[in-house]
Amino acid sequence: MSSTLTTDQPSSAVPTPPTSQLARRSGLRRFLGRPEVGSLVGTVLVIVFFVIIAPPIRHGDSISTVLYQSSTIGIVAVGVALLMIGGEFDLSAGVAVITSSLTASMIAYQLGLNVWAGVLIALVVSLGIGAFNGWLLNRTGLPSFLVTLATFLMLQGINLAVTKLVTGNVATNDISDMQGFSSAKAVFASTVDIGGVAVSVLVFWWIAFVVVATWVLLRTRAGNWIFAVGGKQDSARAVGVPVRRTKVALFMVVGFCAWFSGMQQLFAYNTVQSGQGVGMELIYIAAAVVGGCLLTGGYGSVIGSALGALIFGVVQQGIVFADWNPDWFKFFLGAVLLLATLVNMYVRYQANRR
Amino acid sequence: MPDPVTPEPGTPIVRLSDVGKRYGNILALSGVNLSVHRGEVTCILGDNGAGKSTLIKIISGLHPHDEGSYQVDGTQVRFGSPRDALNRGIATVYQDLALVPLMPVWRNFFLGSELTSGRWPVRRLDVAAMRRVAADELRKMGIDLPDIDAPVGKLSGGQMQVVSIARAIHFGARVLILDEPTAALGVKQSGVVLKYIAAARDAGLGVIFITHNPHHAFLVGNHFAVLNLGRMELDANRADLTLEDLTQHMAGGAELAALEHEMQQINAPEIGVVTA
Repeated sequence: MSSTLTTDQPSSAVPTPPTSQLARRSGLRRFLGRPEVGSLVGTVLVIVFFVIIAPPIRHGDSISTVLYQSSTIGIVAVGVALLMIGGEFDLSAGVAVITSSLTASMIAYQLGLNVWAGVLIALVVSLGIGAFNGWLLNRTGLPSFLVTLATFLMLQGINLAVTKLVTGNVATNDISDMQGFSSAKAVFASTVDIGGVAVSVLVFWWIAFVVVATWVLLRTRAGNWIFAVGGKQDSARAVGVPVRRTKVALFMVVGFCAWFSGMQQLFAYNTVQSGQGVGMELIYIAAAVVGGCLLTGGYGSVIGSALGALIFGVVQQGIVFADWNPDWFKFFLGAVLLLATLVNMYVRYQANRR
Repeated sequence: MPDPVTPEPGTPIVRLSDVGKRYGNILALSGVNLSVHRGEVTCILGDNGAGKSTLIKIISGLHPHDEGSYQVDGTQVRFGSPRDALNRGIATVYQDLALVPLMPVWRNFFLGSELTSGRWPVRRLDVAAMRRVAADELRKMGIDLPDIDAPVGKLSGGQMQVVSIARAIHFGARVLILDEPTAALGVKQSGVVLKYIAAARDAGLGVIFITHNPHHAFLVGNHFAVLNLGRMELDANRADLTLEDLTQHMAGGAELAALEHEMQQINAPEIGVVTA
């Protein structure tokens, strides 16, 4: 362990002078030490594999579909990855997406409000769910796995029961003819024409989220604190990092991402099925883990989570283009998760060996 | 860093008089008197459960005291959090060092007190300055890391201690509380740390060195306090003490003498002859 060190020979009472401390590790080593390397390798492999197996995936429309699929996972995975780096889980993220779109849809429809009012109230609700998760975690000291498992189940129940209560149905009413719908759709669920290919606006939102989150994580105090609370909470607290506030904020970021994803679904499909979302929380977590986030926290990357989501998107569409039974998707998801985690472990081991 | 106060010369930076602390019904500490002066190492010794941790928790602001008075630079204080203590220049290097193993050295160095540039919403870490300052400060302490981007967890135990100490000094510490800095270290690594304790002392800091190793204490200490069951059993200057005295006190002192007496009374228990 101390082989890299040069100060283990105390010779005089006054410490011996230095050499160059600012020398950085070699470029390749540093690159291989990044958390997202494993997922980058995985992305390349998966793309190459499906380009060979299912050539139609190379077409512009197919790429657009792949990106769209990836972005639906990736946009929530941004928040989930940040939260995991901060050392916590959120099992409620999947159903929280649906809670959000149900809220927006039902409030706007039942009260006859402008759709945007529903959108904003849904944002408050989503941030509230995040804050509640964080508050409960801080308050009870229970592991976030348990806390968010509880919210997951409760939200699942609320989604079904309240929707049934309000609409008498398992889905919400179509809101596409309501005031504000078209402008909201333009923001959340429109398409942008790029060289004759229609690309979902969600893809661009996703890229923007990843860029901003990466900047925050690596270049701001908040980012430093996220790594610290996830890496070693007690140390972080001892040097004055607001641990509780950081965790609540992280859960609220997941809430924000869930809201965004919920709005996208609402304005893409006009109605929401109240039973959806179950199982998605694990897909988000899987994307973050494939992207290099440690389950134990304190390590990971948002770009990695994006690559993880991209891998899932490629696999999902690749199976379709390869004319396989789509039932195989989950199998591949599991295999990719296992492989990527092993590759991550191996890469990290290699990079840290000197 | 704060400290506009210039106390009269000779005033101890930290002075505890008759300080006591209860946890519910349990009296963890009582009647503790302690003074910490500039450029001196005050050693606090004691067995497990003697009250050492409680004492540093009080001094470092983690728990307020219940009895007696706590003065910093001659003024009465009552700290609500370690932040308060830190603002008065009292910094603690905890046993677990308050480092985050997976984070690079420079990020650890500035954790909680990051340097930033620019205005919100684009206020960002001043990475270049943080790396440079961390490297300089470590160099001043005489430790030269080959890579300041290396995760702290990859340093040796002694080096992690030094990173922690350098950080405390950089952020304006005048009193450095070191909680068992040599407990988990080997002989050589302990030597490294003791060397830096001496360096901090010579730089004019008051050092509170908590240990249960009288040999380590005697190498650097100016003043010695032995705690036993929450009370001060010994409070002596270096001049009034030999290593033997200190070891004797540490080993339980009076208790040990009593035990020795008791042992002499007891006949060796009968042990049957073992036949194969």
